[in-house]
Amino acid sequence: MAEKNIIEVSHLSKTFGDFTAVKDISFSVRAGERFAFLGPNGAGKSTTIKMLTTLLTPSQGSILIDGHNPVGDADAARHSFGIVFQDPSLDDDLTAWENMEFHGVLYNVARPLRRERIEELLRFVDLYERKDNYVREFSGGMKRRLEIARGLLHHPRIIFLDEPTLGLDPQTRNHMWQYLERLNRDEGITVFFTTHYMEEADKVAERIAIIDHGTIIAMGSGEELKKKTKTSSLEEAFLKLTGSAIREEEAGSVDHLRNMGRAWGRR
Amino acid sequence: MYIMWLREMKRFLRSKSRIVGALGQPLLYFLSLGYGLGAVFQAAGRGNYIEFLAPGIIGMSIIFTSIFNGMQVIWDRQFGFLKETLVAPVSRLAIMLGRTFGGATVAALQGCLVFIIMIPAGFRPYDWALVVPAILVMFLVATLFSGLGMMVASLLRDMQGFQLIMNFLVMPLFFLSGALFPLQGAPTALQDVAYIDPLSYGIDGMRSLLINTSNYSLGIDVAVLVGIAALFIILGSYFFSKIQV
Repeated sequence: MAEKNIIEVSHLSKTFGDFTAVKDISFSVRAGERFAFLGPNGAGKSTTIKMLTTLLTPSQGSILIDGHNPVGDADAARHSFGIVFQDPSLDDDLTAWENMEFHGVLYNVARPLRRERIEELLRFVDLYERKDNYVREFSGGMKRRLEIARGLLHHPRIIFLDEPTLGLDPQTRNHMWQYLERLNRDEGITVFFTTHYMEEADKVAERIAIIDHGTIIAMGSGEELKKKTKTSSLEEAFLKLTGSAIREEEAGSVDHLRNMGRAWGRR
Repeated sequence: MYIMWLREMKRFLRSKSRIVGALGQPLLYFLSLGYGLGAVFQAAGRGNYIEFLAPGIIGMSIIFTSIFNGMQVIWDRQFGFLKETLVAPVSRLAIMLGRTFGGATVAALQGCLVFIIMIPAGFRPYDWALVVPAILVMFLVATLFSGLGMMVASLLRDMQGFQLIMNFLVMPLFFLSGALFPLQGAPTALQDVAYIDPLSYGIDGMRSLLINTSNYSLGIDVAVLVGIAALFIILGSYFFSKIQV
């Protein structure tokens, strides 16, 4: 079981019009692995995650999530993963409990089991006392915790986390990773995450893939990446691999003009 | 599907300010136009304007509420909640239907509230027993426009387009439907436009049940409403299934 690849991606591409966000990437993640997916802004991380999680259909290539194809067999694939999105995706007008309940019903978790798991998970993320509060009253960290709890409610085999620690304080971050590592150890759940905090990736992930301009430019353990680039930290390795130019994401045309203006001014 | 419906209900019952807010406008129309134009209407030999207007105002509150509810998909998209439902192992059709019927129930309830409020203001249905089928017509109208709202919302990316939809879709649908004036005797061009406006049939259906006057006929009204509601739901689910976040 542990040797099996739970995520298989081969020759995956995604184009939007004439812009290629992801170019012919291939990688696989073993079941029970902690896998980090790193890259500068606009490198194609989120696009890849969206394709893995059935939100976008690939232009080319194939994906297998726990043996299921997210395009042809979307519902089976959807059952096998949980996801914490980059930006919050809770319903602010429902309580913490109701958000969990909603998720549980959508994923067809039977009622008694649902009750039990919701309580257990809410206790785990320290939100049980706040279960009847509306989500809109929650702080950023609390929302994150609730989202993680929600993503785990249907006992997925993989959890995707798209920049889960963005804007969290070190305490919450630490707590969150401890929890995820424990789940990974005890339940064998596969953790697939993206982050901009290199030390976090280095500490947590067993294997790291670095993507830039839509292609995977390096893959291996943190040690391997450091050795390969002859650097002493993952951050330096990352910068060496991806260059230090600041990236523009979409809607950057104004920024682009500004940069050009700046470039001209300097001359 | 049921949970989507339940979510809409919970959100509705909790937003007290929205309920009251959505009652204000129809009531204002009802009182100002109803009493303001009542005498003129009577003098023109058309009978009681308050009675005539009431179903139109119910229709108004239903169309506004249901389209607005459909458009909430846009909010969900902006606040990310839509993604949560889209990665769930539930068919897009079930999500769409749950939301549509949730929105429709909310809108029909809103219509009933308007109806209740209009009673002390002077409105009397001619036969109380026909109020129940009238509520069914309200629900039908609400389903139709929730479907339309969903359809529009699936095609828009953000709230920028909302004003556009209000001004170029909802307001014309309302004003050209015969909600405020009788279509008999109106210029032919106006009658023709009303002819293709689904709300005309909804309001006509309510009129025939509540005040026993009708321009088309109840059978035609219901048939048209069911047909168009089905069409909008089919189109809505098609566009909804095409949403990529």
